Parts: sequence; C-alpha cells; structure tokens
Amino acid sequence: MPSKRLAAVDSGRCVACGSCCKVCPKGAVSVWRGVTAVVDGALCIGCGKCQKECPAGAIVLNNREAAV
Amino acid sequence: MNKTKHWYDYLWIVTPIYFALGFFNILFAWIGMIFFCLPLLIAIFGGSKLYCNRYCDRGQFFTLLGKKLKLSRNHPTPRWIGSKWFRYGFLIFFFAMFFQMLWVTYLVGSGANSVSAAVKLFWTFRVPWDWAYHGTVFAPWVAQFAFGFYGMMLTSTLIGLIVMVLFQPRSWCVFCPMGTMTQWICKLRAGKTPPPACSGSCASCSKEGCGHG
Repeated sequence: MPSKRLAAVDSGRCVACGSCCKVCPKGAVSVWRGVTAVVDGALCIGCGKCQKECPAGAIVLNNREAAV
Repeated sequence: MNKTKHWYDYLWIVTPIYFALGFFNILFAWIGMIFFCLPLLIAIFGGSKLYCNRYCDRGQFFTLLGKKLKLSRNHPTPRWIGSKWFRYGFLIFFFAMFFQMLWVTYLVGSGANSVSAAVKLFWTFRVPWDWAYHGTVFAPWVAQFAFGFYGMMLTSTLIGLIVMVLFQPRSWCVFCPMGTMTQWICKLRAGKTPPPACSGSCASCSKEGCGHG
C-alpha cells in the first residue's frame, strides 16, 4: 500500500548537494544529472528524513491522496 | 539508507589533514587545487555533481560535526541564502577575491612585491603565518599563491562552520561557490531536458516546482 505522504523537490531551490540521497531509507531520492534531486514516488514512503536533512529547504511532504 | 560504508565515506579526514599540513608548511596548500579542479572536471566531462554528492570532504566534515557530534542547531537555513541572487552573487564575489589573490601572486612573480608570509581571513584580517614558511625551492610566487589559497580555503571553511552551527550541518553547500558553479555547468549540459517522470501517480498534481516530472 502506498504511503500517505510523498516527498517532492522544489527544483528551483535544490542545490543538488545529495544530502537527501544519503538519508533516504528506500533509495528513493537521487540527484538527476547534477541539476536537481528527484524523488521516485513509487519507492517513497513519506518518512520525511530527506526533508529534515535538506539544507536548502527544497523538499516538502505532500499528501499522496491530494496529488493522485 | 545504504548502510554499507565505502572508502569515500571517510574523506572527511581530508579537511583536518589539509589544514594541519598547511599549518606546518604552507606549500601543502597547493593540494587544495584538487578540491577546486576535480568538481569542475566531473561537471564538465561527466555532467554530474558526483563530487558534491559523494566525494566532498568538507560536506562530510560538516555532517560529522553537525549531525554526529550534534554541534548544529538544526535550524532551517534562511531562505535568502538559497536564493539565486545570493548564490550567484557569492560566486561572483568569491571569484573576484580569487582573481585579486592571483594578482597579488603575479606581483610577487614579477618581482614588484616580496612574499607576504600571512594568511588573510575573511578577505580582511591579516594573520601572520610565518612559521609555516621555510623558504621555497620553487619561485617565490609559488609560496605567495599557497598563502593566498590557504587563506581562501580557511575562510570558506570558517564560514561553513559558522553556518553549520547556526543552521543545518550542510548549510554551506547551499551557497558553496563550487557547488553553484558545478550545478550551473550541469544545468547548461542538461539543457531543456526535464528531470525524469516519477513513477508514483500524481495525476492531478500541478507539477509546479516539483521534481515529480
């Protein structure tokens, strides 16, 4: 069952440092071509670890229901 | 979270070693050119920020101090620090200071000035560093560049340490000139290609500023 929440990256604020990838327990976050972090929605469990770690404040947690 | 530790997870040790070496002999400051060139080469030829993501000793050092040793307050980095004008403004300022340092090196190289055995902190405060200078078998400008470069590295690390304590462990990464520059190179390389679409289902998502494609 998919999680209730889902991380999303504001690519305008992301500095592509990769801190989020290191803390993701599911390997759902990766840095795409050095431009921005991207979240794989199928793997994300909405734990919010990446959001806490992001120094740029570029990650928000959305309600998956609201997005679907 | 990948729990397996790799050799590159211990690169934080490079930061204290670099500053210790420069404390005893300033010529070691030249090693810092690796931290300067490698991210650029990876971005230009590899089109990635693998240096920031994996190998950056400073980022790891700040994470160690801020997270493991709990020296960071873990407050959100102020939004203006992450704004485009501040990041690119700091990049321009940093490079202006870098070229000014190169000019001082040139003056020593041309014989107009002699080597100043001091390190400039925060581009303002001249700190005597003569114990680390034992003469050089190279040209005098080699030593002058080392002093200038070491001061630049020390200043940026100190700024990084301050923001690490005040905000988040890796707050420095938000406005790190190398990070800004490599991201800019990667953006140029990626062109207008959008990031890959997310395999989650966000059918009614507005997609605004969202990495979910």
